[in-house]
Amino acid sequence: MSAPTLAPAPDAPRAPLTKKALTADHPTWCPGCGDFAVLASFYKVLEKLNYPQEKIVTFAGIGCSSRFPYFVNSHGGHYIHGRALPFAAGISLGRDDLHVFVFGGDGDGFSIGGNHLVHTARKNPRLTYVIMDNSVYGLTKKQTSPTSPLGFKSKTDPWGAFDQPINPMRTLINSGATFVARSHATQVNHMVEMMHRAAQHDGFSVVEILSECVEFFPGAFDTSIPRKGGTFQAIDLKKNDGSPEDATRHDPTDELAAFQLALEPWPGKFGVYYENKTRPTKNALEQKLIANTREKTKNASDLDLLQKTFAKMR
Amino acid sequence: MVSPNSPETTGAPGKPGSPRTLNDVVIRLAGNSQDGIQAIGGFLARLAGRSAQEVMTYMTIPSTISGGPSIFQVRMGTGDIQSSGDRADVLVAFYQHSYESHRSSLRPGGVLLYDSDHVQPNLDDKGITAVGVPMTSATVEAVGGSSKEKGKNIYVLGLLARMFDLDVAKLTALIKERFSGKNEDIVRNALLAFDAGHAYPAEGLRDCLYQLDRRTPSPGARPQITTDGNTALAYGLIAAGVRYGAGYPITPWSSIMETLRVELPKYGGLFVQCEDEIAAISTALGFSYGGNLAVTGSSGPGLSLKAEALGWAVMAEIPLIVVNVQRGGPSTGLPTNIEQSDLMQAIYGSHGDAPRVVLAPRTVEDCFYTALEAARLAREFSTPVIILTDQALATRIEAFDEPDLERLMVTVKADLSPRPVGFKPYPLNGPTRHAPPGSIMEDGKYPTVTGLEHDELGHPTANPALHASMTVKRREKIKAVAATYKAPPVFGDQSGDLLLLGWGCTFGPIHEAVGRLQASGLKVGHLQIRHIHPLRSDLEQVMAHYKHIRVIEINDEGLYGFGQLTTLLRARYCNPEIQSITKTDGLTFRVSEIVELVAKNLGITSIKSARAQSVLAPPTRG
Ligand SMILES: Cc1ncc(C[n+]2csc(CCOP(=O)(O)OP(=O)(O)O)c2C)c(N)n1
Ligand code: SF4
Ligand SMILES: [Mg+2]
Repeated sequence: MSAPTLAPAPDAPRAPLTKKALTADHPTWCPGCGDFAVLASFYKVLEKLNYPQEKIVTFAGIGCSSRFPYFVNSHGGHYIHGRALPFAAGISLGRDDLHVFVFGGDGDGFSIGGNHLVHTARKNPRLTYVIMDNSVYGLTKKQTSPTSPLGFKSKTDPWGAFDQPINPMRTLINSGATFVARSHATQVNHMVEMMHRAAQHDGFSVVEILSECVEFFPGAFDTSIPRKGGTFQAIDLKKNDGSPEDATRHDPTDELAAFQLALEPWPGKFGVYYENKTRPTKNALEQKLIANTREKTKNASDLDLLQKTFAKMR
Repeated sequence: MVSPNSPETTGAPGKPGSPRTLNDVVIRLAGNSQDGIQAIGGFLARLAGRSAQEVMTYMTIPSTISGGPSIFQVRMGTGDIQSSGDRADVLVAFYQHSYESHRSSLRPGGVLLYDSDHVQPNLDDKGITAVGVPMTSATVEAVGGSSKEKGKNIYVLGLLARMFDLDVAKLTALIKERFSGKNEDIVRNALLAFDAGHAYPAEGLRDCLYQLDRRTPSPGARPQITTDGNTALAYGLIAAGVRYGAGYPITPWSSIMETLRVELPKYGGLFVQCEDEIAAISTALGFSYGGNLAVTGSSGPGLSLKAEALGWAVMAEIPLIVVNVQRGGPSTGLPTNIEQSDLMQAIYGSHGDAPRVVLAPRTVEDCFYTALEAARLAREFSTPVIILTDQALATRIEAFDEPDLERLMVTVKADLSPRPVGFKPYPLNGPTRHAPPGSIMEDGKYPTVTGLEHDELGHPTANPALHASMTVKRREKIKAVAATYKAPPVFGDQSGDLLLLGWGCTFGPIHEAVGRLQASGLKVGHLQIRHIHPLRSDLEQVMAHYKHIRVIEINDEGLYGFGQLTTLLRARYCNPEIQSITKTDGLTFRVSEIVELVAKNLGITSIKSARAQSVLAPPTRG
């Protein structure tokens, strides 16, 4: 069996993870960019989770938001545009002992990486994906993105975008992601709660966070910012307490109800849309396949197995 | 070496009535793909392997899904068999179309063995011996019941066993092995069909009875195994300790991924079928980043899709094996034919200056050893390595010595040891060594791998001087690979008139062509280049010993008149004597084709013609 040699569990109790230990390069984002708040919330999430630091992996594609891993002091990397999910699936499936987080933008995730998103959701590897949706291409300076609203005036649609934007929640639920949540970069506590729940979910968990690009799409999310006259509507989750008001609360295991929430008019609601705790992860299914196969071969050594195979070709 | 196809090696004439002994024979089976002709070929090939005989096969896959004409050619015998034979001594024709399409492949004096239930040959055709056997009805009669003509292939195997006095005990054992695990009836029916074919009366075979020279295995020799190139490559990867991979189906790469998907779990690993080739290389890179060298692969179009990620792997210096089983291109091209037109794509395909290693196996056996070498280089140099194989190697069956696994098997575990203070993944004057996730960084600073240009610590930087020195580092690293090669010696004359260079599946035919060219008085050497990029460092000295250098390639001569490897060699060595001989008919080179093209190219008229007569032709008596 060729499992990796794992680092020995340290005997001495570790100091808890702190923001200081988790801070790496100073972010290169524009002052006021929504992504700063996502980063700050992610530090808090890691502090709460308190994983061994060397077991945390942060990965990303390309975009302003995808520079995230440089700012987190963990193992990680900056891959190519739109393909971080299949890369991260490889990390997770090959190294079940790690905690894998992927970060990216709306263009990275829903445009160039759209098909990977669907198939990663379908396969359900154990990893958490945070999409910082600013409804614009930030890094390449203001082109229409797959989530840009109709009428958005970008450099590629100076007259106002007319291609129908995708609805991230609907796309994610439809793809079969087993944890789907939505949050807002102006709501730190909410973001922390959503990312924390996502990290603890056993499977492919996605949090879409509306995160304003102050440079190329200022005011994009004002309708959901109370301070700017909008309303932030959090999803009231079912408590199963038998109370009459519980009947109107959202049951995240109810896929149809999740769809209904996703179809609500802009700016919609924030919170856990969908959660499926019963579908096994690809990690578990592959491990089961390995275990069953090894049982059939009576745990023969690699050399024995290959020698037997060659003997059959004589 | 005496070429087995040279005129000297025709069968020794025996006493009339008694079987003649042959050194080798080429049998072409022509039918439809559902007739199981590959199975007959497979049995013959494995029998040859078990009898310490040489064997080489060649098959065409129909491009239609089910059905469609298909052939399998097997050449077996003693001696040094390196090609599947240009023309056949026996043509087994299942249908009229098989007969009509392949009659011309039969050598004068050869035997046409046809199914008289389906084929009406031209009886005025006196150049060959036509033997009609009611294969279909005889099979139905032998097997009975409702199984219809299923088993016709095994019946034919019985006929061939009779004609060539093959080892019935070994063949029956092979049949039993092949069908073991299926229901009893299937084994019984197969044996009934075989016996019926084998019992066919000699008069019915027009006394076409022969004996293949049998070699007794030399004592202490390793047993022979018989398999195809894709299988050899897949198990080579396993022997090399590769336990993870990802891919997307495409012919002719698919069978490697199918084998790995089923085999790797036995070894505690796994193979992922991805949504496309980009996801596949990405997942494989994720495995490698996790500390376990992984493999991905494809054929031509899929390699193009992987190109961007390959550039990332070069920049981030992540080890990876990429298999490319070439087929005819561009685009969907000739998906089930042979071409060697991805060489430039393999070496240069991507963006930016992205040097990587490219290896090309020469034979089925070499597919196994190339996989081992690729894994060694990927790990040692922390680099992507492309294995450039092709449709011919992928599907043909050869017999070779069973690899000494006890000596060869590699076990590597991810190195997750703590990394000391000052750890640099990308030192400018040393090898790149990554700290996979899970490794504790003692200075508390965790590394980022990136496709951005970076400094020695992996930190992104746009510093122009650093980009220049990191580009040098990545280039020099790949150049250093050549020093670790164990490159094979030149075959044939070590100096003289002509050096034939080739790569990939053309090894066998070029090898045999050397013998024929030498027979006409030329001094000829042959080198099949496995190390495509970087090239072996002694190539210039090797070439200096010959007057002419001809590179044999199955690709187009391009706009400037040279095949892809030739273009590379000319750019590298600035030697105007390097010229190419190319073709693009989707088929493997025949020995005679090489001999004729070389002769024409060099203006030689004295080349002796290849064996025209079949070894089966009745001996002419004086
Ligand atoms: C293959 C490829 N195509 C295009 C680009 C250029 N590119 C970089 S980021 C980006 C879009 C970024 O938008 P998004 O993912 O929404 O991230 P943001 O910058 O808005 O956070 C594009 C088109 C690239 N790097 N690679
Ligand atoms: S361009 Fe927009 S998304 Fe990018 S850093 Fe600036 S504000 Fe943030
Ligand atoms: Mg964006």
